[in-house]
Amino acid sequence: MLKQYETVFITTPVLSDSQMKEAVAKYIKLIKDNGGEIVYEEDWGLKTLAYPIQHKTSGFYYLIQFQADPSFLSTLETMYKRDEQILRFLTVALDKHALEYAEKRRAGKAAKAAEAKAAEEPKAEEAPKTE
Amino acid sequence: MAQNDSRNDQIRFLNPPTVDVRKKKYCRFKRAGIKYVDYKDPEFLKKFLNEQGKILPRRITGTSLKFQRKVAVAVKRARSLALLPFVTDLLK
Repeated sequence: MLKQYETVFITTPVLSDSQMKEAVAKYIKLIKDNGGEIVYEEDWGLKTLAYPIQHKTSGFYYLIQFQADPSFLSTLETMYKRDEQILRFLTVALDKHALEYAEKRRAGKAAKAAEAKAAEEPKAEEAPKTE
Repeated sequence: MAQNDSRNDQIRFLNPPTVDVRKKKYCRFKRAGIKYVDYKDPEFLKKFLNEQGKILPRRITGTSLKFQRKVAVAVKRARSLALLPFVTDLLK
């Protein structure tokens, strides 16, 4: 039976954009190959850490919410541990309240993104006029 | 004894003694209907920490036991992801 999980990992800040995308794609592929389903993913970008980890003061955060078989988690976590690019990771099972919250959060983010887009578009329209 | 009592009766205060009416504490999760404490939101969790980043006791924040446990778990998760510090000075 599939269960809902959420995983956040922090990669080293020395990665380039393409390397970061590669790393993310690798884990998404790993989840999908093991019969999992991606529900949602979110890039938090480069954030400063609250305390240094492996002498690094910042890192790229990435969040993936997925459905998978509970036995898959150990493979995912060993992959994390073997990966030198990953500073930290956290995997959490989501209960019904967490799922409700995640849904709300996603809706909120989507609304915000839409708003930002809407705010940008009039500007783009205005710009040619002023020219 | 009788004398003492009568003397006590005569004590007058210049200003009436202020009886501080304490605002009753409440659990913000119950009041706001929050059911899940998110570890991904460090700004919110900071409300339950003191300046050194320690978790505040229930008697100060007024959180109910059920949610205090959830707050504690969320803070610890946030700490392990370096969203919150384990130890610090002047968090706020």
